[in-house]
Amino acid sequence: MLSNTGNFLLIINIFLSSLIIFKSLNCLKINDNLIFKNIYQISLLQSTLVLICFFTLVAAFIVSDFSLITVYQNSHSLKPVFYKISGTWGNHEGSLLLWVIILTIFSFLFLIYNNNHPKNYRLYTLIIQNILILGFLIFIIFNSNPFSSISPLPKEGLGLNPILQDPALAIHPPLLYVGFVGSSIYFSAAIASMIANYSGKFFARSIKSWVLISWTFQTLGILVGSIWAYYELGWGGFWFWDPVENASLLPWFAMTALLHSLLVLEKRDTLYFWSIILCLLTFTLSVMGTFLVRSGILNSVHTFANDPSRGIYILIFLSLMIFASIYFLFTKYKPTNDLINSNSKETFILINNWFMMFYLVTVLLGTLYPIFTDAISNNKISVGPPFYNSVIIPVVIAFLFFMAIGPQTKWIKNKFLNFKSLIAILGGAITINLAIIHFFKSYSLISNLIIISSLFLISSSFFDILKKKKSSFPRIISHLSFGFLILFIGLNHNFSVEKDFNLKLGETKKIDDYEFALLDLKLNQETNYKAVVGELKVSNLATKEKRILNPEIRIYDNPQTLTYEASIQTNFFRDYYLTMSNIDRSEYYNIKFQQKPLMIWIWISVIFLSLGGFLSLFRNAKNN
Amino acid sequence: MQKIIKFTVVLFFILILLVFYNSLNRGTNYSTDYLVGNKLTSISLKNFENNKTLTNNDLKKNSYTLINFWASWCAPCRIEHVNLMKLSKEENLKILGVNFKDKTINASKFLDDLGNPYDYLTKDTDGKQSISFGIYGIPESILINDELIVLKKFIGPINDQDLNVIKEIINSS
Repeated sequence: MLSNTGNFLLIINIFLSSLIIFKSLNCLKINDNLIFKNIYQISLLQSTLVLICFFTLVAAFIVSDFSLITVYQNSHSLKPVFYKISGTWGNHEGSLLLWVIILTIFSFLFLIYNNNHPKNYRLYTLIIQNILILGFLIFIIFNSNPFSSISPLPKEGLGLNPILQDPALAIHPPLLYVGFVGSSIYFSAAIASMIANYSGKFFARSIKSWVLISWTFQTLGILVGSIWAYYELGWGGFWFWDPVENASLLPWFAMTALLHSLLVLEKRDTLYFWSIILCLLTFTLSVMGTFLVRSGILNSVHTFANDPSRGIYILIFLSLMIFASIYFLFTKYKPTNDLINSNSKETFILINNWFMMFYLVTVLLGTLYPIFTDAISNNKISVGPPFYNSVIIPVVIAFLFFMAIGPQTKWIKNKFLNFKSLIAILGGAITINLAIIHFFKSYSLISNLIIISSLFLISSSFFDILKKKKSSFPRIISHLSFGFLILFIGLNHNFSVEKDFNLKLGETKKIDDYEFALLDLKLNQETNYKAVVGELKVSNLATKEKRILNPEIRIYDNPQTLTYEASIQTNFFRDYYLTMSNIDRSEYYNIKFQQKPLMIWIWISVIFLSLGGFLSLFRNAKNN
Repeated sequence: MQKIIKFTVVLFFILILLVFYNSLNRGTNYSTDYLVGNKLTSISLKNFENNKTLTNNDLKKNSYTLINFWASWCAPCRIEHVNLMKLSKEENLKILGVNFKDKTINASKFLDDLGNPYDYLTKDTDGKQSISFGIYGIPESILINDELIVLKKFIGPINDQDLNVIKEIINSS
């Protein structure tokens, strides 16, 4: 039953998308500034039906309707309801439906919220967005249909991958999708703007809110994914430069650059084509990321199954997007006379863009290089953290300084009036850094520079709060939290303690200032897994501090998998992180203990970073 | 000049897309199926007990050799061990064990408990040698002939079916 309903709704949606395109083309022929009322109605109906279609799938997951292949392959009747629901988008087919939801809802909202912009521009945006929607609907129906049925009816489902059964991973995909799928709307708007010749600051105003929404959600999505990796993967790190993480970071760089270039476009009416390129680039990178992680070229938890036909489809889609973008750019490009004074806010924003492009190209190279060497020379290599760290970190230092100085400058032509205060701030930053070294421990030159530059950004942002108008508050919040983010990462990196050893039940081991004792092992039976829970006492001999940590080894039934759950105790100063893994044919357990300072502040910084985006969004909405 | 730029941009994207297309058809990054039919060159494995090295020439004497990668800490290795013991009775086949990232004491105890099916026993303490055999997890086994050509590759424990496949191959000539 649910299978038929779902399929029916999908087909209706294909019809509605085509109808919107058709009606919009008709509407374009009429020479006034009014959009047919029924275009609004059909758009509303389309969004509603896509949502119903999605909830049909959610319902199938909740009632464990194993007649649907997707439910059979990714769910199990004994799974908690929460994970039954999140299982809806924890697989390839269901997540594509989430794609379509974002595409459609953004399409509808863009249509109704931009009525002060010309009709042509809005209609072309709608048409292009609906072409994207059609592309994905066809992909869903012919290749990745979540409503495909299976017979005979299986008695039980295969279960959701245990490492995906996690609250963070339940909200990670929706957040990230609002981010990178949301960028589709300014991809469409960028092409529409070229076709309709609607450029300049008005174009910037029409897409600014959408860029802010997607940027904010992308930031949160990356954060949640990172938190998940921190406590679920059991390595104690939060960023691994894994190709899959990079795939989410690439559109983020492009969005961040776009966010800044739009400021120039809005204020000074220059950098139009550059902004257009960034709009196109953001969504293209998002689709490329999807291609890389879904096609099986990169192996990760995001590779749900290896099916080359999926890859082919997304690749064709990606090629069409790229070549359409290039075609419009080449035919519509007009050289403009963008005169920018080298000492002005415009220049500093451009500098931000160049930094972003540098990061983007670096990460893109690191991600694609192994694929290229494999394809061309059959040589399998992997590009790891040392590459990214050595290329990106030194550049971050200069970036932070520019990020602090940039906002102080003025549009058109700037005079450095506050040169003395900058020197004073720099002096302050160096002093704090020396104080940290004096009271705690010394670290490498690069770390010194990172900490000085982040302190520089933090202090100058604080001075901004003291003297600036309310209008730049969102920007200050974001810049300030970025400064804090880098500072905390720097300190965390330099002050982390890590111990790795084997321990058996009842044994006590002393390593440096720490004493570890494995007091007890318990076997717990939970609804969908069994768990061996260790009771470890960690004593710090220097501070006389004692704490009990309870790492787990979980044995999931459906599908049968072993996972190691870290025991993490968080406070405002540091995280205590401990994982335990069994060693076969031995009574010993391998223990990894880490003490990571200021961990929670890294997460909080990113939350505030995106809060700046939200605030800016509200302000922007209020102004328009 | 503009034309050249346009041409380069288009060419650049075509190249990227072609590489993507090409990678799609390569299957997963970790597939080592391409090894089958290839000749193993420059084998150099350290003996388990002394510092002698085992090379190509040692294996060329045998009509068939099964190279088995195992470790005492690997549970599936215990499962397949029974089948390896059965294979050790075959006359046409020699078994070369490569002890993978293991401790000597644990490995010896493993063999004392379960029996030693290996005609040659070598070790790969840091797991680097095994990479050149295309091993990415253990247990894995590779069946080669006297020309050192890979006839078959077994990923995961050798089960009863695999056992029959091996017997068929070695007794066919």
